[in-house]
Amino acid sequence: MTTPASSEVPVHTGSTTTRLLGIAVLVGLVALILLGFFGAPKDDEQADAVRLIFVHVPSAFLTYAAFSVTAVGSVMWLWKRSVWWDLVAHGSAEIGVVFCSLTLFTGSVWGRPTWNTYWDWGDVRLVTTLILLLLMVGYLAVRSMGGDDSAVATRSAIVALIAAVNLPIVNRSVEWWFDRTLHQKSSLTDGNLEDLTLFTLLLGVVVWSLFYVWVMIHRFRVGWLERELRFGDLDLALAQRRAEAHTINDGGDR
Amino acid sequence: MWRDVVLVAGKDLRIEWRSRVTFSQVVPFAGLVLVLFGFALDANRPVLERATSGLFWITIMFVTTLAVQRSTSIETTDGARRALLLAGVEPVAVFAGKAAAVAVQLLAVELVLVGGIVVLYGAEIDSFLLVVATCLVATVGIAAAGTLLGALVAGVRARETVLPILLLPVLAPVLIGATRAFDDALGSVAVDGWAWIGMLAGFGLINLVLGALSYGVLLEET
Repeated sequence: MTTPASSEVPVHTGSTTTRLLGIAVLVGLVALILLGFFGAPKDDEQADAVRLIFVHVPSAFLTYAAFSVTAVGSVMWLWKRSVWWDLVAHGSAEIGVVFCSLTLFTGSVWGRPTWNTYWDWGDVRLVTTLILLLLMVGYLAVRSMGGDDSAVATRSAIVALIAAVNLPIVNRSVEWWFDRTLHQKSSLTDGNLEDLTLFTLLLGVVVWSLFYVWVMIHRFRVGWLERELRFGDLDLALAQRRAEAHTINDGGDR
Repeated sequence: MWRDVVLVAGKDLRIEWRSRVTFSQVVPFAGLVLVLFGFALDANRPVLERATSGLFWITIMFVTTLAVQRSTSIETTDGARRALLLAGVEPVAVFAGKAAAVAVQLLAVELVLVGGIVVLYGAEIDSFLLVVATCLVATVGIAAAGTLLGALVAGVRARETVLPILLLPVLAPVLIGATRAFDDALGSVAVDGWAWIGMLAGFGLINLVLGALSYGVLLEET
């Protein structure tokens, strides 16, 4: 964890680790684009639309991974009162919202040529993911309400837990509601993917996961610095008031 | 503890009874929403009959945000929340009491709205028992989730806008489940309404437990 020294305030959130990680992400993205557009073959039924799998599936995976990290971070805040975990929960929720939006967007774009519709209310995963996005937007709204740091952390941790606990009920209720899904079974387990497509998909999961870690580290450090700045300002203001008090007292003694 | 629950619920209901906010503002608002849905759907009887269950529960969701905001503001004005803490009442009892008071108000509104959908939308009730069971079980979950989230946004700026953003997605399973159960009770769609009561009960139980566990933390720290 990067703790800025009071005399030496860092001007950026980068480090050797993040730079190496960033380079790995860039190289991975280039490889993913090349393999995704030119290496992996077209699908017999879905033609080029199948290439969306290289963004859609990793985004969906990272959506649930990011929100799971938020749930764990929230539990740890409530249990240990650890600022570290609170910042992790916050950062992961923000990144999760981006991935969740990307999942829904790419899913809609993919749905048009394959299901002949941008949106289907009978699809359990689709509706559940949308509700998850709305719940996490609510989480970020609570984060932005302001107030005492500890109170904001507690409020948002409880919102994250409410979301985590209620999500399986949302999933089950939508499943019962229509009792059907347009989504295909897991492409990885049914063995329908060609070798290069499967490899590119797995590469996509790895590259997007590295990207998540890279953004997460930077977001965490930004959060930590914001916090240091707030408390640093407070300490400075207190020191100034004390100095003023001393001056007044010294003047009075004379 | 149960005595405290009754005391807190009684306090909230007494305040409501004396101020008449539920009856003079919330019930007319709910009726107005029913009328506006009629306008929006072009007063088309078959469409209204088919959509009655959903419109009923959407109206209840809107009413819930008002009832919860009202329940929360009772505690936030004049430092009443701090006084409640100092009174030594168990936070669980405060949560249960406030949720019970919200539930009673919602049930009163639901009673009026059932009359509204019969008169305005021409709904015919096939199973009164299923209507009553749905209202009771769904309202417990709505009141529990609403009271918990109401306490969560209490005392912060912009709580009026944040509460619906938080509450309405959480209540999505209730909207689905209660609508399907009502569909069966009104005979508009052939579904097993009683199966949905189980899901609604599960939702209510989970949110009651969540509220009981976290309400104390919210009262003391926020």
